Amino acid sequence: MNTTYSSLDKDRLTDLFQKERKSITGQATPLVNQIRQHALSRFKKNGFPTKQLENWRFTDLTPLLNTEFVFDFSNQSRSMDVGKIFTCDVYDLDTFSITLLNGWFVYQSAPLTKLGNGTIIGSLAKAMEVYPELVDQYFGKAAKTDQYEFAALNTAFVQDGLFIYVPDGVELEKPIQLINIVNADHPVFLQPRHLIIAGKGSKVTLAHCDHSLTHNVSFTNTLAEIFVEENAVVDHYKIQNKGKNSTLITNTFIQQKKSSTVYSNMITLNGGFTKNILDVSLPEPNCRSEHFGLYLVDSNQHVDNQVYIDHIAPDNYSNQLFKGILDDEARAVFSGKVMVRRHAQHTVAHQNNKNILLTDDAKANTQPHLEIYADDVKCSHGATVGQLDPEAMFYLRSRGLCERTARQLMMIAFAGEVVQKISIQALQERIQHLVEKRLKGELSICDQCMLHCNSKEPTAFNIDMSKI
Amino acid sequence: MKDDDNKILQEVTGSDYKYGFYTDIEMDQAPPGLTEDTIRFISAKKNEPEFMLEFRLKAFRHWQTLKEPEWAHVEYPSINYQDLIYYSAPRKKPKYDNIDEVDPELLETFEKLGIPLDEQKSLAGVAVDAVMDSVSVGSTFKKTLEEQGVIFCSFSEALQKHPELIKKHMGTVVPYTDNFFAALNSAVFSDGSFAYIPKGVKCPLELSTYFRINAANTGQFERTLIVAEEGSYVSYMEGCTAPIRDENQLHAAIVEIIAHKDAEVKYSTVQNWWPGDKEGKGGVYNFVTKRGICEGDNSKISWTQVETGSAVTWKYPSLILKGDNSTGEFYSVAVTNNKQQADTGTKMIHLGKNTRSTIISKGISAGQSNNSYRGLVKTSKKAENARNFSQCDSLLLGDQSGAHTFPYLDVGNRTSIVEHEATTSKISEDQLFYCLQRGIDMEGAIGLIVNGYAKEVLSKLPMEFAVEAQKLLSVSLEGSVG
Repeated sequence: MNTTYSSLDKDRLTDLFQKERKSITGQATPLVNQIRQHALSRFKKNGFPTKQLENWRFTDLTPLLNTEFVFDFSNQSRSMDVGKIFTCDVYDLDTFSITLLNGWFVYQSAPLTKLGNGTIIGSLAKAMEVYPELVDQYFGKAAKTDQYEFAALNTAFVQDGLFIYVPDGVELEKPIQLINIVNADHPVFLQPRHLIIAGKGSKVTLAHCDHSLTHNVSFTNTLAEIFVEENAVVDHYKIQNKGKNSTLITNTFIQQKKSSTVYSNMITLNGGFTKNILDVSLPEPNCRSEHFGLYLVDSNQHVDNQVYIDHIAPDNYSNQLFKGILDDEARAVFSGKVMVRRHAQHTVAHQNNKNILLTDDAKANTQPHLEIYADDVKCSHGATVGQLDPEAMFYLRSRGLCERTARQLMMIAFAGEVVQKISIQALQERIQHLVEKRLKGELSICDQCMLHCNSKEPTAFNIDMSKI
Repeated sequence: MKDDDNKILQEVTGSDYKYGFYTDIEMDQAPPGLTEDTIRFISAKKNEPEFMLEFRLKAFRHWQTLKEPEWAHVEYPSINYQDLIYYSAPRKKPKYDNIDEVDPELLETFEKLGIPLDEQKSLAGVAVDAVMDSVSVGSTFKKTLEEQGVIFCSFSEALQKHPELIKKHMGTVVPYTDNFFAALNSAVFSDGSFAYIPKGVKCPLELSTYFRINAANTGQFERTLIVAEEGSYVSYMEGCTAPIRDENQLHAAIVEIIAHKDAEVKYSTVQNWWPGDKEGKGGVYNFVTKRGICEGDNSKISWTQVETGSAVTWKYPSLILKGDNSTGEFYSVAVTNNKQQADTGTKMIHLGKNTRSTIISKGISAGQSNNSYRGLVKTSKKAENARNFSQCDSLLLGDQSGAHTFPYLDVGNRTSIVEHEATTSKISEDQLFYCLQRGIDMEGAIGLIVNGYAKEVLSKLPMEFAVEAQKLLSVSLEGSVG
């Protein structure tokens, strides 16, 4: 059943929940429903974040919520040949490919696959049915619904999403690729939920791609909980290439156990409004947690990266590097926070945000914050906002490069620092290619979607080189 | 080795506040509480012009609509603004021509502080306008200044003698609507200093004011206004120490600086209000609004501060760089010990073309204190080629202390360059080892390293002040560091 509202607020959504309670809670385990109830009451209390909140000072949601969104809570998890509507164009990328269409799991053979090595990959809704103990053991343990309004909202409405369980000691050879497609002819409000568990000593690579196939308005509030057990290694890539009318809020909660390693990489190539929230807890020692981000935005796009790294135990290492190039009237916000608690001695934490503004109308707001309560630590942070180094430009020009080429070269090199951190070779090459195209002004969103683009409305992202 | 370190650190950081004494001078006080009547009382007491009373009342009415800010990284019991005494002045309002006529008890106080008020003539070029509980009691070197046309006097004197200057400039940099404490100050401020440097004058002396909070339970609401006309230069110093009092004292001052075309103002301050005892009992609440504006082209304002005192500090000396090619500087050393809390930093707002700003902030936290740097660098769309460099380092002594950095960078055009970097660490083992190996004892080594760490800022202080600042660093962090 479809329900629409002209604009969204906490009361309308709570009201909607009551109406649709049966279809929303139907497939979940009792514990999940209990957590859901708590989250709902939190959301009912706090509502959507406003500009009064420190982390939302520059990010105004009000106009985005003033849309007639369509909600659909009926189970649409189904079998479908995804290839018909979408083909990932990262050539040579050999992955377990999983697709979510409008927030629902789409499978080719079965909703839940158990591989020979014990790995379970599939739909979260199905996993709640088949492996309730496993889901209950982890679900909601990392997502801080009390602190994050959108995490509360997502948890309140959780239905389906991706479920991955990698047993102890299993190293997956192939990366898992999750493709999140939004394809609807009306404005949709989606809240996919992912649960990823990497067992002791396991190794998982996850590529998470967000695409939209139409130019319709959409609002996606996705949440991923990633549990990294002892000695496990998780590589997490997020590639966002969405239409201008899409709003994307991603909430990623990572919990790292002893001696585990996490690399994450968020690449925002296109998108109307993007807010990436990353929250990492380090309650046990000897972990490594590295987070990279790259955003190339133009027109009136808005990208906001919010990172919180909580050093609870001693002897942990964390590193953040976020870089962005802003054109036209684009706005980029970075708010990073490193918390080093009293007992987290020998913490090493670095945080860096670098922005290049190409126009006078682009804006960058960056807040790299450190909060430190332990004394034997090494923490540093830095932030720069500026333009291309004139000396380097001069060097290139003096070597005979034309201004345009020199600029492109420098921007590609600027972005390269983040792109090079991608360890999947095929993906790295593809991203490098996309970044280069993007910076040369050749990338349009139509490059990405193979079909379904009836409106030939050009969404080319041209960077006007004369402005640089 | 580790234990020794800790022991020495404790010794080094555990020493008492040396400037805790209380001078018994008769006070003339307003009854506690804050109403329009209190404001009328203050204004009448000071025989102020009508516009001043109106300004105060407007500020008071606005203040009543405001809520005390809570966003700072500090915690303190809430203040009952109706319990405070908003006016207290030495009863016998002295008018001294000669320093010898000053109340000997007062002179003794200053002597304990090591302020060489009675040695002014021998001390090279420092004119002191000593402010004791809000009313100015002594001004020296007036003549030298008068010859150049420099006005340097208490705020109330300026209100009597130069009301037009006050009316023109007061509240233009920090309007009473600015924030909760600025509104409060605008309503009830008792006195302060006023400095006016006429066009083209390079002030021959370094202007200096010493503030002290003296009576129990009185808030001190100072107001300083410095106006530097075209092409002038002035170096202004302000230092403060406060005696031991059990109840928290509120200090909510306003400092306004206006620098016109080609003018340069150097503002240095050492703040050492009573920080409370080791358990965090007592101490001064220092909620100050300081702001300067580089109004004209090529003007320059520089803030240098050494913050060692106060139980709670909430202070962001800021600069608005409005004139083209104007320059702003902020150098700060903030030391917190025991249970002190400091949330301090700066704001650099770039509006003009080719504006430059530098921020160097050094935080040292010891004991169970919390020390935060909070800074904003903002470049507007029109601030072409604006340039900022910020460096905010924190040094942690002891595992119970906290050091936090909250920078905000808002950049609104493509030609500006804004850079921020910060590190937080404890004293380097290598440096300690090096010093020890050269035969310097542990205490001396820590002293040497801390001093070296703060040197970049201390070296920006005027000579006379640098000595006092180093002394204060010693008091705050030592036995023998310093």
